Amino acid sequence: MSEGKLVVTSSPEGPSAAGNRARKAPFPARRAGRSHWQQRLEIALLAGPAIVMFITFVMFPVVLAAYYGFFKWKGYGPPTDFVGLQNYVTIFQDSTFQDALRHNAVIVVLSLLLQGPAAVLLALLLNQKMRGRSLVRVLIFVPYVVSEVIVGTGWGLMLQTNGAINGLLTKVGLSGWTVDWLSDPKIAIWSLMLIITWKYIGFAVILFLAGLQSIPEELFEAAAIDGASYWQTQRRITVPLLGPTIRIWAFLSMIGALQLFDLVYIIWGQYVAATAGTSTMATYMVVNGRNAANYGFGNAVAVVLFLISLVLALTYQRFVLRRDTEGALTEGGK
Amino acid sequence: MATITAPPLSPTTPRPISSRKRHGLGRVSWVTYVVAFALVGVCIGPVLYIIIGGFRTNAEITTDPAGFPSTWQFVNYAEVLKGSIFWREVANSVICGVFTTLGVVVLGVAASFVLARYSFSGRAAMYALFASGLMFPMTVAITPLYILIRGLGLTDNLAGIILPQIAFALPTTIIILVPFLRAIPKELEEAAAIDGASRLGFFFRMVIPLSVPGVVTVGILAFIASWNSYMLPLFILNNEGSYTLPLGVQAFASQYSVDTARVLAFTSLSMIPALVFFSFFEHRIISGLSGAVKG
Repeated sequence: MSEGKLVVTSSPEGPSAAGNRARKAPFPARRAGRSHWQQRLEIALLAGPAIVMFITFVMFPVVLAAYYGFFKWKGYGPPTDFVGLQNYVTIFQDSTFQDALRHNAVIVVLSLLLQGPAAVLLALLLNQKMRGRSLVRVLIFVPYVVSEVIVGTGWGLMLQTNGAINGLLTKVGLSGWTVDWLSDPKIAIWSLMLIITWKYIGFAVILFLAGLQSIPEELFEAAAIDGASYWQTQRRITVPLLGPTIRIWAFLSMIGALQLFDLVYIIWGQYVAATAGTSTMATYMVVNGRNAANYGFGNAVAVVLFLISLVLALTYQRFVLRRDTEGALTEGGK
Repeated sequence: MATITAPPLSPTTPRPISSRKRHGLGRVSWVTYVVAFALVGVCIGPVLYIIIGGFRTNAEITTDPAGFPSTWQFVNYAEVLKGSIFWREVANSVICGVFTTLGVVVLGVAASFVLARYSFSGRAAMYALFASGLMFPMTVAITPLYILIRGLGLTDNLAGIILPQIAFALPTTIIILVPFLRAIPKELEEAAAIDGASRLGFFFRMVIPLSVPGVVTVGILAFIASWNSYMLPLFILNNEGSYTLPLGVQAFASQYSVDTARVLAFTSLSMIPALVFFSFFEHRIISGLSGAVKG
């Protein structure tokens, strides 16, 4: 076929000869006659490699973890020391794990509460026609693109007692506010939340901006004709219609917060996180599993982390995301 | 998803119906600019701190941690760039990034094509399989994954990073690409069929060229994810010769913990590629991400 026919899809030049021909001519029953086996072969050929990779490296490890989690195993040779549920009993009786679980819960909730409302407000603000809007959108996304290691290293240095944040506070005359950001157990979790908010809020804002742009303009015009004020419009129309985007974001945020590892491990390291009150289930898993060479135990922690994430994900999808299938508009009318 | 890449509809288009509307929606007040400016400052401030800190001396950083360089020192950056460690780690990161991206694109486009344009009984299940991967980032799988990679003899080997990264990038890739490939008009496929092309021929001669924009999005996302990846290399790579940049930054930071300025120089050099890629393809990345989440 000639190159010219490619134009049909996207060009503004209108439908080409090929497009017209296809529309006029009744589509031949060629596909019906096509051998079923040929289609199956094509599917296997095209999708097979991806499925094999995905199952091998994403699904299979979780099954492996479930198996190894029943053993006391140092990671060499086949696991032989079957201990049943002993690893799981140990995990839930370990106060270090309970602390980590509590920290995770705090991080999940605070991420939603700190980032959600702030991101909605910022998105509403940035959705206006202003000079340099696209530049602003790029720049607030920069923290999301910079790696966790760099964020951790940079913030770790800035938050030291003699670091840039305390230096800045002293400079602007707030030397009374200088604190030990990283090791004081009362403050460290808030420092972590500060870094998390800084790193991930741009992502939320970008998502919400995209969601805002899909709201039909007529609704705003209608509201204006009915005499609605700016804030009434935002509260009654924009935010409800942004609902589906907010709920998806909340889902991603919760899953991410449950799995939090990099930032904590880089800034607080394996020994300090627990005493500073920032340890998470994931850092607990790495410290007590791999670093202690207790692979059976580490895998059991992985299973616990998996099950907690799965229960949360399924519950959320069952009770929250399901609403979105009813359609955004009907929901906004409720 | 295509609708998202389109220029913004902008529900706040100025349309002076009433004075209140002009006040509320049309004109952007100075408050907006102040907030936007402050937000941008907060977002890029720490990044600037890292970059500018690399131009200072350690003595300066100790006495005045939150200041500008009195004289701009290039020696920290020069030292890092002269050393072989940095370049070796750059090379390792580039190898990981390039092969991860290639693998993700090839496997992702093929699988997405099947999901987008074939109708068969297991299709919904296949899509659900990949979509479920979104729920479980690498953290959950890392401990057994390490055992698996060790069993395959791939520890301290970049292939041990690349293969899992391809697998873990597939869900996002497929979720972004499927609506993209589905948007290719049916008429095109029918025209190709009339001209005697098989569906595979259609795939190679029309779908691949037409899907380039979507492929660029997923490719850049996969590259940046690989470039920034920390947890997997932390488990798999124990030999310093095989370190990628994130591990290198951490090793450098602990090795030269007293030489803060040099650590900052090393850190800022290591973020350049991701930032450059991002600034070139920012629009595609942002629309791709928001499309993935909304779709």
